[in-house]
Amino acid sequence: MHIVVCAKQVPNTTQVRINPETNTLVREGVESIMNPFDENALEMALQLKERHPGTQVTVLTMGPPQAVDILKEAVGRGADEVMLLCDKAFAGSDTWATSYALSMAIGKLPKPDLVLFGKQAIDGDTAQVGPGVADWLGMPCITCACKIEIAGNRALVERAFEDGYEKLEVALPCALTVLKEANVPRMASLRGKMAAKKLQVAPTTAEMVGADPAKLGLSASPTRVMKIFSPPPKTGGVLWQGEEPAVMAQRLVDLLRERKLI
Amino acid sequence: MGLKIDLDLCTGCGACVAVCPFCALAQRADGKVEVNEACTACGACLDSCPVGALSLETESKPLAMGALDGYRGLWVFAEQRGGKIHEVSFELLGVGRVLADRLGVELCAVLLGHQAGDCAGPLFEHGADKVYQVDHPALENYTAEPYAEALSALIRKYKPEVVLAGATSLGRGFIPRVAVQVNAGLTADCTELDVEADSRLLIQTRPAFGGNIMACIVCPDHRPQMATVRPKVFKPAEPVAGRTGTRVVENLPLKEPGVKVLETVNAMQNEVNVAGAEFIVTGGRGLGAPENFKLMAELADALGGAAVGASRAAVDAGWISSFHQVGQTGKTVRPKIYIACGVSGQIQHLVGMNSSDTIIAINKDPDAPIFGVADVGIVGDLFQVVPELIKALRG
Ligand SMILES: Cc1cc2nc3c(=O)[nH]c(=O)nc-3n(C[C@H](O)[C@H](O)[C@H](O)COP(=O)(O)OP(=O)(O)OC[C@H]3O[C@@H](n4cnc5c(N)ncnc54)[C@H](O)[C@@H]3O)c2cc1C
Ligand SMILES: Nc1ncnc2c1ncn2[C@@H]1O[C@H](COP(=O)(O)O)[C@@H](O)[C@H]1O
Repeated sequence: MHIVVCAKQVPNTTQVRINPETNTLVREGVESIMNPFDENALEMALQLKERHPGTQVTVLTMGPPQAVDILKEAVGRGADEVMLLCDKAFAGSDTWATSYALSMAIGKLPKPDLVLFGKQAIDGDTAQVGPGVADWLGMPCITCACKIEIAGNRALVERAFEDGYEKLEVALPCALTVLKEANVPRMASLRGKMAAKKLQVAPTTAEMVGADPAKLGLSASPTRVMKIFSPPPKTGGVLWQGEEPAVMAQRLVDLLRERKLI
Repeated sequence: MGLKIDLDLCTGCGACVAVCPFCALAQRADGKVEVNEACTACGACLDSCPVGALSLETESKPLAMGALDGYRGLWVFAEQRGGKIHEVSFELLGVGRVLADRLGVELCAVLLGHQAGDCAGPLFEHGADKVYQVDHPALENYTAEPYAEALSALIRKYKPEVVLAGATSLGRGFIPRVAVQVNAGLTADCTELDVEADSRLLIQTRPAFGGNIMACIVCPDHRPQMATVRPKVFKPAEPVAGRTGTRVVENLPLKEPGVKVLETVNAMQNEVNVAGAEFIVTGGRGLGAPENFKLMAELADALGGAAVGASRAAVDAGWISSFHQVGQTGKTVRPKIYIACGVSGQIQHLVGMNSSDTIIAINKDPDAPIFGVADVGIVGDLFQVVPELIKALRG
């Protein structure tokens, strides 16, 4: 079996802060990480590889040269092959153009049985690239998957909804976007770390995957970011402290009744 | 096109490097700044440059106006499961009405399913002028491929200029495929929508970077302009009993679905679902232990049947199932009363609940960010305050 995992390098958004004076993003010291949901996608692939000997796991990323860091991380955890899709022609791609580029790159790899994505990337939070790539590839795509079992050329998949989950059956090849609940990502092994250290990754260009330049980058992206701004700071209401809990509790209930909220 | 850096002006101060949300700017060996592949031309850096060395080159490509002119009408994808219309569809009809009126076009709804009963009625009552309906066995259970195939076929035939869908797991699962098939831009999980009457552009605003920044997005050269819209940010349209409209029934040849639904399990059967609840009591890491969620359930009960929510920290600790999680990666809620107990109020939590009508926070740390959005903040130990609150509510 061949499994392709698409992973993205993202800034760790929990460390991003707004400077209240200049109202701009403070990104200083924010580390770049593998998108957390993509770690779950990779883990799903590695667990399948353990259960189905002979499975190959390829990790694909599109990004700037430094995105090689997440490929090294992936190799450290047990990925067999990597591809770094890196070319100025991809700059500014929105989800439409990114989906196209990734689908062309996957077309150059040995035919996959499974293509895995994270549920969403935490920088853009769009969750659009996975289903988009699947459409370019003409594959079914199950979003929000938390469990998978493979039997022959079929997969049994559990996917979550807002209020429950569904058990689905699908013929391979297919694509999945993976939830955090699916598993707990492993750490890189010592042997893996050695392999990662030695890893040399030559970037793959748009031309090498046969991508149509008219479908790449900012100029081919239907969406345009018009402006970026910080959300207006919320102002809190009243703060009660230093009184007996019973007094504060009673005052709250009185207030809610007075406002006819309860 | 893209970001231009005037290297003669650049002083190498590095101010822009720090503000770029995408890590797309870096200083070269000589200190001057260069831009890499990660740039999205968002413009966030422009104002940071003290010497005006940064500018955005815009395309001078002639607008394909003629081609775009053929697109008219605002569509709402009406999400239906088991014959029941999802509340977000009524919210979209509410905001859709305002936008359609401003554009001077019809407000239409699209209904996909198989023998789902008469769902068109409520759509008309909530403001739809027209309902496009496809009834096909392939659409009986939701799976992404036939849904995408059907909606794409309708879009190609009738050419709407705007298509809105709920940013639910169903909507976000298949609309991206439609965007690829009809070659349109798609903006995910919008929280604000507006139109520019002259240019007929849909201005789509959405949070990014875990809610730390907001982005306004437009699709100037492609139609339709497509967006998924976060549930609970718009008020649902007021229904008008007996209101009707035009029904267009389409027969489409759809392919057999590749994905088969074997079983659907409702995990929230005996609990109040936080999405849609009027009252929510949320517990965070401050609860300290799984059994303390009983205290939340008791408070919920004292409020006359509230839903129990949880922060991600509580879900990650395994204290409660992820169906209860509120926030960026959980549910967006807009209850009448939201009571947060032992929740610090990190931005990823706040984006999921800060449009609640009344927010009450109980936390022993007076500096907890949750107090920044709370209408009433109580500084105290939740294990002392909540039992008193239950007593007062029952008293
Ligand atoms: C990509 C991403 C997505 C995320 N999505 C979400 C999301 O959807 N939802 C979400 O909630 N989080 C999300 N998070 C996590 C978020 O950043 C926070 O880590 C999380 O919300 C913290 O949960 P908490 O407030 O319960 O815990 P903490 O931050 O640990 O806060 C616990 C609070 O309890 C108070 N406390 C402790 N004991 C008591 C007591 N006895 N009485 C009163 N107060 C007490 C403390 O003062 C503290 O303020 C996300 C993070 C990432 C990176
Ligand atoms: N540049 C990229 N390179 C590789 N995979 C990507 C890239 N962008 C997005 N993805 C994949 O698509 C998923 C969803 O991303 P998004 O649509 O941006 O939220 C991610 O979790 C990744 O698996």
